[in-house]
Amino acid sequence: MAQRKRLSQHNNTQTASQLKRRSSSSLTQDEDEEATFTQPSTSQVQRGLEKLSQAQVDQKTAEVVQYFLMKDQKKVPVRRAELVKYMVKDYRTIYPEIIKRAARTFEQVFGLKLVEIDPKQHMYILVNNLETPARAGPVECPTNPKTGLLFVVLSVIFMKGGIVKENLIWHTLKKLRVDPGQKHEEFGDVKKVVTDEFVRQKYLEYLRIPHTEPVEYEIRWGPRADLEVSKAKILEFIGQLHEQDPRSWTQQYREAHGTQTPGQASRSSSQR
Amino acid sequence: MTQLGDSHRRFLQTMMGVRIIDELEAKKLYQHCCETYKMHWTADGLDPFIETINLKLQPMFMQVKKGMSEENGHQYYALVNTTETDITRMSSDYADNELELFRKTMDLIVGSERGTASSTDILNSTDTMTSKRMKKSETEHLLTRLVQDKWLCEKRGEYTLSTRCIIEMEPYIRTMYPDQVKMCHICHNVAFQCQICENPTCGIKIHNPCVARYFKGRMEPQCPACNDFWPHEIPEFRGLPSQSKK
Repeated sequence: MAQRKRLSQHNNTQTASQLKRRSSSSLTQDEDEEATFTQPSTSQVQRGLEKLSQAQVDQKTAEVVQYFLMKDQKKVPVRRAELVKYMVKDYRTIYPEIIKRAARTFEQVFGLKLVEIDPKQHMYILVNNLETPARAGPVECPTNPKTGLLFVVLSVIFMKGGIVKENLIWHTLKKLRVDPGQKHEEFGDVKKVVTDEFVRQKYLEYLRIPHTEPVEYEIRWGPRADLEVSKAKILEFIGQLHEQDPRSWTQQYREAHGTQTPGQASRSSSQR
Repeated sequence: MTQLGDSHRRFLQTMMGVRIIDELEAKKLYQHCCETYKMHWTADGLDPFIETINLKLQPMFMQVKKGMSEENGHQYYALVNTTETDITRMSSDYADNELELFRKTMDLIVGSERGTASSTDILNSTDTMTSKRMKKSETEHLLTRLVQDKWLCEKRGEYTLSTRCIIEMEPYIRTMYPDQVKMCHICHNVAFQCQICENPTCGIKIHNPCVARYFKGRMEPQCPACNDFWPHEIPEFRGLPSQSKK
């Protein structure tokens, strides 16, 4: 009875503010949680489901869905450790079932796909599952001005073969009058946006080049960019910029049109 | 029961991005979504379409709710959370002291006669905060964010609750301010920007746009409850193009 009471206290009002404070400050706590959490077996999940009512499972699924949507608005990935933290006791055993139901809800209700971008760290993001419409709609979600900045960075990296030294990015941006050394009117601390914000959102990876003194870094596409951004669209944009046919960059064209998964060509982060 | 198709999903994704749209935009968006994903649509199909979405959203404690703007009287659709009976739905975007200031602003607006709070009064209310104090610049920055995020509206230094805020927080407001909150005599919803009958034994309230609609064309406006002369200036009725047919 006492256990039930504690569970019912974990309603959204508490959860939302708890999670908000948690996700910003207690990364090490999350890592501990992650270490002690072992993925339950199918039979364990079955037994776990028997202990809880349908309503309780539905409620927990709804909380997970809401949490993901909230995080996704900021394009921040969700780690399994975060979710495990607010699934206590009995719910922990049925964790895989909750994730499965949440994934189904995302697909069926929201047209979004739950993707695990890091199987080691168990990190999830939401990606658009719908075909992008040919024409823009009457109501468009306001685009974040940083999307343009991101697009330029991704384009440079793609055209240069997939990985570049960070200096090339700063050099290119400077030419476009976006100086990483100065506070930009629109983007603020440009260096922070590129090497921290976009990296946290999994659009980019900022990697230290070993054996460099002073330390040098290189930048490449992150897993969210791989899933959300169409290389074909980037090449099209570059083509327009230089007034050349995209096919004139044979290697990039092959990469953009050869190796993508079906439907990726029609998906683009700016369409959401 | 109709199943959800991609047209419903696209509509919902747009709603998640903008949170609130007016009726005309909603109709156009419905049409666009249906055409994009090859689904049949009709002139009166918007509300059943939204009904279908709402049935699937209900287990997630979300709804697309309809409400009237106190500014122009038009109908709007807003995507709201239905779990919270508190303002903690905002807690993922605002710090605790920011939420406290928002609550204080709401106190001022609910308690005011005209449904507004001046920036001066809001700034002064930071003196009585129990959570971390906010500087003037921080308060101003917070108010800008609240307007950007569509919780408040600002006109000439006066702040009012946005349509989105009223639609989403109506249950919270009714619970928190049961005695203070005004109810519109015509449409029976909570009312902030409204006119009040001056008869001390009557005192009914009517939204500004509801006044415009109710008293349209009447030479001698009378209070619908006590028949006393309605002394206030009757605002001009601003109907939508589709409404002129009625």
